[in-house]
Amino acid sequence: MGKTLIRGAKVLGGEAQDVLIDGETIAEVGQNLQAEGAEVIEADGRILLPGLVDLHTHLREPGREDSETVLTGTKAAAVGGYTSVHAMANTFPVADTAGVVEQVWRLGKESGYCDVQPVGAVTVGLEGKKLAELGAMHDSAANVRVFSDDGKCVDDAVIMRRALEYVKAFDGVVAQHAQEPRLTEGAQMNEGIVSAELGLGGWPAVAEESIIARDVLLADHVGSRVHICHLSTAGSVEIIRWAKSRGIDVTAEVTPHHLLLTDELVRTYNPVYKVNPPLRTERDVMALREALADGTIDVVATDHAPHPHEDKDCEWGAAAMGMVGLETALSVIQHTMVDTGLLDWAQVADRMSFRPAVIGRLEGHGRPVSVGEPANLTLVDSAYRGAVDPAGFASRSRNTPYEGRELPGRVTHTFLRGRATVVDGKLA
Amino acid sequence: MKRHLISAADLSRDDAVLILDTAEEMARVADRPIKKLPTLRGRTVVNLFFEDSTRTRISFEAAAKRLSADVINFSAKGSSVSKGESLKDTALTLEAMGADAVVIRHHDSGAPHRLATSGWIGGSVINAGDGTHEHPTQALLDAFTMRRRLAGGEGDLNGCRITIVGDILHSRVARSNVHLLTTLGAEVTLVAPPTLVPVGVGNWPCEVSYDLDAVLAKSDAVMMLRVQRERMNAAFFPTEREYARRYGLDGDRMARMPEHAVVMHPGPMNRGMEITAEVADSPRCTAVEQVTNGVSIRMAVMYLLLGGNEPALTTSSTEENK
Repeated sequence: MGKTLIRGAKVLGGEAQDVLIDGETIAEVGQNLQAEGAEVIEADGRILLPGLVDLHTHLREPGREDSETVLTGTKAAAVGGYTSVHAMANTFPVADTAGVVEQVWRLGKESGYCDVQPVGAVTVGLEGKKLAELGAMHDSAANVRVFSDDGKCVDDAVIMRRALEYVKAFDGVVAQHAQEPRLTEGAQMNEGIVSAELGLGGWPAVAEESIIARDVLLADHVGSRVHICHLSTAGSVEIIRWAKSRGIDVTAEVTPHHLLLTDELVRTYNPVYKVNPPLRTERDVMALREALADGTIDVVATDHAPHPHEDKDCEWGAAAMGMVGLETALSVIQHTMVDTGLLDWAQVADRMSFRPAVIGRLEGHGRPVSVGEPANLTLVDSAYRGAVDPAGFASRSRNTPYEGRELPGRVTHTFLRGRATVVDGKLA
Repeated sequence: MKRHLISAADLSRDDAVLILDTAEEMARVADRPIKKLPTLRGRTVVNLFFEDSTRTRISFEAAAKRLSADVINFSAKGSSVSKGESLKDTALTLEAMGADAVVIRHHDSGAPHRLATSGWIGGSVINAGDGTHEHPTQALLDAFTMRRRLAGGEGDLNGCRITIVGDILHSRVARSNVHLLTTLGAEVTLVAPPTLVPVGVGNWPCEVSYDLDAVLAKSDAVMMLRVQRERMNAAFFPTEREYARRYGLDGDRMARMPEHAVVMHPGPMNRGMEITAEVADSPRCTAVEQVTNGVSIRMAVMYLLLGGNEPALTTSSTEENK
């Protein structure tokens, strides 16, 4: 592999510098670097970030290759500036054995666009009854460290307690999809003013918050760490803030869509806005932004959830829940957090690369842009403005809530261990 | 008038009064020996019913037939829908057959809205009840009945005090009525156990009370909603008997209503649950009248949506002798 010289990039949004990639690593960082025979990229003041890390991606393979495959999903990830994604376990069959996680891991290796770190199911078949072989998944080639029944909540308090305790043996973490099942039977959207008018089954904030409250107390009691998926309510933020102030080892993520969209959009009955957890209110959105800014929420995670067209081209009640997000995440974060002055680019790197890698105990990702580090890098043109066009997505699915919406920023280059996966905004 | 009737909230006061006035004209047709107008001759109205509802379907069917439309009944049971056909494909089929209007009853809130806005069909969409969202023609026929009983059969319902009692949470009738009645100037009070009032009701343009007895004396009309017995199993209330005691309308309670006040029920009634036989069969109960008025209202809605620019009683005989 040759050399690449990125000239005049604002590293983490700071001063413009040159960065020389040699092979798989960053060889030099400085001013006026020269390199014989290196391919030169004129960054022209664009922002250079560490390759993004997603803790929450649905790649759908095995089982739902009609919506996404590991290959198409990792292409979408690369286009979005990601160099590592965590593949959620709710596939068919469920990733609840060493065999399935190794299959996903191997498919990721073969794709070459983005590293794939499989997430293992907490319970067999995501059924919440019996622990899956967590140790076997950890000890497998996939080396699983994040376990989640995402899509379903580990609602049994004893099973959750045991899982939290058990994964301590190999420094794993349970990522909880916080949704009290009884309170959300038949739930279709956030319970509040809009659901009352639309006559759609309400999804109360307390269904999320009560589980988070229980789980931070459980984590405290057994001395484990716990990660909370896709926080969506102001109340959840308050609980996490309280837990952290008590020294409880909890981390939390928020999705880009929960930082931008509200339940008012459901008035269109367009299922592209149907998602789990549901879009909440303006007040929740503002609380989530503030919490991401002050570090109460640790990371941005996409919850990229591809669905085939027919599962959204129908009535609301019949539609699948979820949105694709990999290819728009950074733009939404720039729009909601950077352009609003809530985060600077160094903090974006923290929330979208450094911290997710720490939570997932990933090696080789979420590293500083400095000499000797793996060259996992993302170059962002933050001056770009353009409307989202799903027809151009690398993902196999098009279920984006942002179609036609103008968003800022565009990933022009992504490097995975020194190799360009995206060049000038296109897959290499 | 708009092209579709999806929500009572879409109707202005003038729209609503126009529908009620038109329905009065239609009602006069029913008094003729031949109860038929040629207005929608050659037009096709499809009754697309994903939920069983014989009453509503035959009301729409009678209305369309009195306007001389061709009526196609499409019920989900035993059709392609029960074989897994999507709403979209069903709609495309109806469009291909040339439906001028689709009357849709669906178990999912928002399905008529999707049908009207997705581009699947070009005709008018009339919501005949969607999930727990709305049932605008029911609200119109209720308003029509009240206007006749309380406001001399003309204008709006300004100042009328209407109490709606029962399962507000799951009621499309209540939602449509709150929109329409307040648009027409009425003051609406909802009465229900707190479990059957939606979170978020605070934004509705009405009062909420948990005490039926407290509001009866100041009600010009009391509308009793059907309460499904199954709600009991989901712990919305402890027992049928307790529900009937606290929120049912019996003779004693009816006696506390003002003398001119009427009792309404959209049907079908659970006698002994939300309403006793004594009340249901009393002359103050308008349940049967509501059914009659339903046909007039649905005629008015179809007439205004499909053929509203021609006068209601025009006859054109050119087609007839072909």
